[in-house]
Amino acid sequence: MTELADQPVLRERPDRPAPRRPARRVPTPVLLIAPSLIFMTALFVWPTVVAVGQAFTGDDGPTAAYVRRMVDDPSFWPAVRYTALLIVVLIPIQFAFALTMALLLRERPRFAGVYFYLWVVPLAISDLAAGLVWLSIFTDRGYLNSVLDHLGVAGYSWLQFDHPVTMFLAVMVAELWRATSLVLVIVVAGLQGIPKDYDEAAAVFGATYWQRLRHVLLPQLRPSLQVAVILRTILALQTFAVAQALTGRNLPLLVGETYRWYNALLNPNVAAALALVVLGVSLLAAAGYLRLLREHPEARG
Amino acid sequence: MMTNQPGISRRALLGIGLGAAAAPALAACGGQSTSGGGGEGSVTFLSTQFTPVEERQRFEKILADKVSSVKVAYNPVEAGVFASTIQSQVEAGKVQIGVVGGLHGDLAPQADRLQDVDDLVGGRQFVPDLLELGKLGGSAQKYIPWMQASYVLAVHKKALQWLPSGADVQKLTYDQLLDWMTAAKAGNGGKPVFGLPAGPKGLYHRFLQGFLLPSFTGGMVTTFRNADAVTAWEYLTQLWAQSVPASTNYDYMQEPLQRGEVLVAWDHVARLIAAPGDKPDDWVMAPAPRGPKGLGYLLVAAGVGIPRGAPDTDRAKELIKALTTTEVQQEVLRKNAFFPVVTADPPGDLPPAVALEAAAVQAQQNADDAILSLPPVGLGAKDGEMSQVFKDCFQQICLNRRPIRQVLDTQARRMNAILDEVKVACWKPDPPGEPCQVQ
Repeated sequence: MTELADQPVLRERPDRPAPRRPARRVPTPVLLIAPSLIFMTALFVWPTVVAVGQAFTGDDGPTAAYVRRMVDDPSFWPAVRYTALLIVVLIPIQFAFALTMALLLRERPRFAGVYFYLWVVPLAISDLAAGLVWLSIFTDRGYLNSVLDHLGVAGYSWLQFDHPVTMFLAVMVAELWRATSLVLVIVVAGLQGIPKDYDEAAAVFGATYWQRLRHVLLPQLRPSLQVAVILRTILALQTFAVAQALTGRNLPLLVGETYRWYNALLNPNVAAALALVVLGVSLLAAAGYLRLLREHPEARG
Repeated sequence: MMTNQPGISRRALLGIGLGAAAAPALAACGGQSTSGGGGEGSVTFLSTQFTPVEERQRFEKILADKVSSVKVAYNPVEAGVFASTIQSQVEAGKVQIGVVGGLHGDLAPQADRLQDVDDLVGGRQFVPDLLELGKLGGSAQKYIPWMQASYVLAVHKKALQWLPSGADVQKLTYDQLLDWMTAAKAGNGGKPVFGLPAGPKGLYHRFLQGFLLPSFTGGMVTTFRNADAVTAWEYLTQLWAQSVPASTNYDYMQEPLQRGEVLVAWDHVARLIAAPGDKPDDWVMAPAPRGPKGLGYLLVAAGVGIPRGAPDTDRAKELIKALTTTEVQQEVLRKNAFFPVVTADPPGDLPPAVALEAAAVQAQQNADDAILSLPPVGLGAKDGEMSQVFKDCFQQICLNRRPIRQVLDTQARRMNAILDEVKVACWKPDPPGEPCQVQ
């Protein structure tokens, strides 16, 4: 800001003595973004370049062998399927929950602050810890089966390998509990930025609650929702520890497979290929959302 | 809201902030600290063994009590960390590790990064098979045998009531095991009592590689897809139907055995040792069953070696010598249930659970029809993928119920692709022949 402000002054008064510092110093904006630029290059761009190299070059030049290996692995397509299913089922439910919770908080009930803090507690818990907490609930002799037992209902092996539906539900519930708070925080922040005037005006004109929600609140929440949905999709693609803790390898997910190829099978090349698949899907999803949620100029009239 | 305080400029502040943020990040490039906290002048002992904290503490006590000449910083890590630490330190030419210890499969990929240790072979009587294994297919000794172990059956005596007449739990056949487990499931109100460690960190692939398949086919690789192998897998689907389905979540069988979820289980001796707990009289440890070709069993070998460029090689060698004395070997057996690699009479004062296992291991090794198998030799970094072939067979045949012949044919192609890359001679129990391939 100072630079821009200084320039006209300099031009108007050429007789003013030269500035103390040399003119060709690094501009402040560059300095300001330098840390993030350095970190992005060191921790994101460079590893990405290396990963692309690892995934596509073998001992003798470029090769598609690693990609073929990845696709031929019997766990690959199940992992893709489960990851996609998790995103498709989980994210709408999460947004419905987060929106409902945020709207409830907006009504300023008594102890609103307490509810808010309770609801964001999972944000502070690590994936794996959350997975272990839910494991103690869903495991054969866990809390859920104990409660069922008290009620006189026979327990059920929720996480057994041949019960894919309950296995998936368990992972979904755990993820729902763990990750909805992130969406909630973003939506609450977005709601706070919306002036009450629009809502009140709509109410004066006799709009019902649903009409106000649909035509006044949600359109103004769009930027927040956009951020939240992109973040959540990318994070959901990375889901791994919860599923690992709950189901071991019975419910493979893409990032879990990446970890297995790197760590258990000691094959960084195939692991890199898998990581690139995750990266590609993340980029596509983000681009898709940005397009889909783009504001249509004509609609703003 | 700008406060223009004199003294420190924004630019300087920015510089300081940038430096402060970058310093720890750059410092972290130095790599993971691999010293176990032994302080100055100690030998760093990086290992994949004794990672559970109780085992580690017991082993550290042995080191402190029995290895007085060298101060040791014992640092147990996961196999992946083990491999990457050795690789990065040796390739960077900045080695801080003095001694590396791991299973044969952990050390084999590191062959090029280990010093020759032929001068440490003399003076003690090592088990010849293990010594040969330590050459990693070459002529020079790459690691010195450290410990050995095997896998046995742990049986709670409650399960013996369903044992079919005429069957001896110490001399079971696979067919008798199946009959027994079928009767036990029926007798236990339809709840199965047999468990396999088929969880993500379980060792069930060793059951397939070293026990089931050699017992039915006499081989591990060459016979992988022949008619006998199909029979073996048909048998396993039947046994699996009588097994606890939660097996796919079991890593260490001692845990479900202790909880009473499983009454009969096969696993590594170190992963069964806690099952008897304070009631050893309720338990029986038995050799693995035998099949049409004999009693296939797998020998687990752990070794210790010295990475190239290690600091203070003399003290590292001293540590290795100390680890392979009869006294330390027997203390490790007593405390951590890993068996000696030097020939000596077993000590008489073993804890009850270890004594149970020692008897079972010995009976297994000395059986007339024993078929010794080794974990894959010389596969290097491909070892994990080789194991995965067997795990995938189990997944597809037993869990997903795919046709056996088709699965074996597909997986045999995968196995041959792995073997094509490494071009190694066959290892026991397959007849030595180069290159090793599925027939």
